[in-house]
Amino acid sequence: MQRFWFLTFDGLAAGAVYAAFALALVLIWRAARVVNFAQGAMAVATAYVGYAVVGATGSYWLGLAAAVLAGLALGALVERVLMRFVGPAGPLNQVIVALGLVLLVQAVLGMVFGNGYRPAPAPFDTDALTVGGVAALSPYDLWVLGAALTVVALLALLFTRTPVGLRMRAAAFAPEVSRLLGVSVGRMLTLGWALAAGVGALAGMLVVPTGLGLHPHAMDLVFVVAFTAAVVGGLDSPVGAVVGGLLVGLILSYVTGYLGPDTTPLAVLVLLLAVLLVRPGGLFSAARARHV
Amino acid sequence: MTTPRTGSTLLRHLAGAVLAGTLVVLLTNQLPPYENLQVARVCAFLCVTAGHTVLVGLNGQLSLGHGALMATGAYTVALVQRGLDERAVGGGWWVLPGSLLAAVAVTALGGLVVGLAAARLRGPYLAGVTLAVATLVPAVTTIFTGVFNGEQGLRFPAQAPPAALGPYFQPERWLAWIALAAALLTMLLLANLVRSRYGRSLRAVRDDEVAARLAGIPVARTQVLAFVVSAGCAGLGGGVYAVLTATVAPGKFPLDLSLFLLMAIVIGGLGSLAGAVWGALLLVALQDLPALLTEHLDLSTGLAQRLEGNLALAVFGLILIVVMLAAPGGLQGGVRALATRLRAAVRRAPDR
Repeated sequence: MQRFWFLTFDGLAAGAVYAAFALALVLIWRAARVVNFAQGAMAVATAYVGYAVVGATGSYWLGLAAAVLAGLALGALVERVLMRFVGPAGPLNQVIVALGLVLLVQAVLGMVFGNGYRPAPAPFDTDALTVGGVAALSPYDLWVLGAALTVVALLALLFTRTPVGLRMRAAAFAPEVSRLLGVSVGRMLTLGWALAAGVGALAGMLVVPTGLGLHPHAMDLVFVVAFTAAVVGGLDSPVGAVVGGLLVGLILSYVTGYLGPDTTPLAVLVLLLAVLLVRPGGLFSAARARHV
Repeated sequence: MTTPRTGSTLLRHLAGAVLAGTLVVLLTNQLPPYENLQVARVCAFLCVTAGHTVLVGLNGQLSLGHGALMATGAYTVALVQRGLDERAVGGGWWVLPGSLLAAVAVTALGGLVVGLAAARLRGPYLAGVTLAVATLVPAVTTIFTGVFNGEQGLRFPAQAPPAALGPYFQPERWLAWIALAAALLTMLLLANLVRSRYGRSLRAVRDDEVAARLAGIPVARTQVLAFVVSAGCAGLGGGVYAVLTATVAPGKFPLDLSLFLLMAIVIGGLGSLAGAVWGALLLVALQDLPALLTEHLDLSTGLAQRLEGNLALAVFGLILIVVMLAAPGGLQGGVRALATRLRAAVRRAPDR
């Protein structure tokens, strides 16, 4: 039973990061109908920036801020320079361009920083505290959980309570009408990409210390898991992304804990296929007629 | 619509295959061992890229899992050959074609499973699922260590040239011939398939599913079949790839391989079999460029280590993006445009 509780808490902490990462995917999907397959690589790039700043200044918080700022800038750059010009020739081209970006970013990181693992120290203790004889969350897990949930809450506020959020939603759902009403749709798109990459950067900074360290491919599997989380919740639903992230975090924690860490990719695939075949729109999708 | 040209198409493709085969065999007779191995690798990759480009370019299903399908073929060949060897029935001429056939069958079956799911998925969803498939290889080989021997991988008896070719026959040349035979067979079958009624269904489904369905094309069945054919080609390519080194290991089929395969067919020219040839050449160049680069540029070891592999990747990643944005036809599209312009110039010339 103790192990069960430990795995539950561990899964929630991991799930919070998946939730933030899935949220970044959902943000771009809602704004531009693109699944950003380069999200993982972009997050790794910003984590390198963050830890370079940590190394130079000795302050984790400065590094975190630098990573998020770099994420915002990178997201805006990718949208302005690349994605804007892919055109509406179908989702295939956008995915391929994003994958080209993955190759480019990972190769550049390898050239600049080397292909080895770099240490990425956590700002808090990663040993679990015991509460009433049960090994529960570590201080770092608490920080991850808190940071991820705060970002989710802030984004929800932004989209539902501010004029900018309203304009972004309008630009996503009815670009033509929004343009007529004076909303700069292109700028909203850039802002959406920037926000998503910023959230991705934060998620990257949170997840890297829990793994083997900083590496150009550090986020490959995290991306696949986050994509699964977004699909579980429904690519259109921010709430779904958060619930999906926590759910996937829990499931993977149990699978890894009871069946061994090697089974994780298999569990991800089974989960992804199960959701897509049974409920393709995700758990939180509104019923919609299927387009052939 | 039934065409009297069908026969001539088959003959034309056969003639093309014989011509290409003869040229490559003549080439391999001149080449030293390492270069012959490169020819063999190009041919092995050609099996994969040709099948992949038909699926992505002609049927519009984006698969990022072809590296895993290659691994399936490679492991099947290794397991079959080891099994035969342990039972002391190996060594016959039929072992190689038999194991490759098994690789095609097993991978096609895997493709059927993925394809059945894929037929219900669209665009980014399909890409995501196949990406998850691509991450499976190391996991599966570790979970079933007893069968696949984990990270270490499997070895099996190397393919020796038959005695009829003489005692001093270059083994690499024989490997190149094996791979060449597989590649020619794949190209011949796919070329005919693409020109057939079924090939037209593939394109119709890609361009407009509703219209295709109204025209009486079974959309889902066409998509599944495209996946099965493409997977079979990937299995054959993966099997041949394993035969070249007589080893398989999960490290040879990383997630990146699947991305490289996609990159190769896009830069070569999506949907074109000639583009698949460019793609296969590109994949081998990608493997060999780093060594060449560090050899010829006088770099410090630290810098050389960091550039090794990464520089070529960065360049190809950039090319991939540029091709997608500026020249969706890829290399083959460029070649075709050039040929058209040349032909026009030649036609104009006599008037002057």
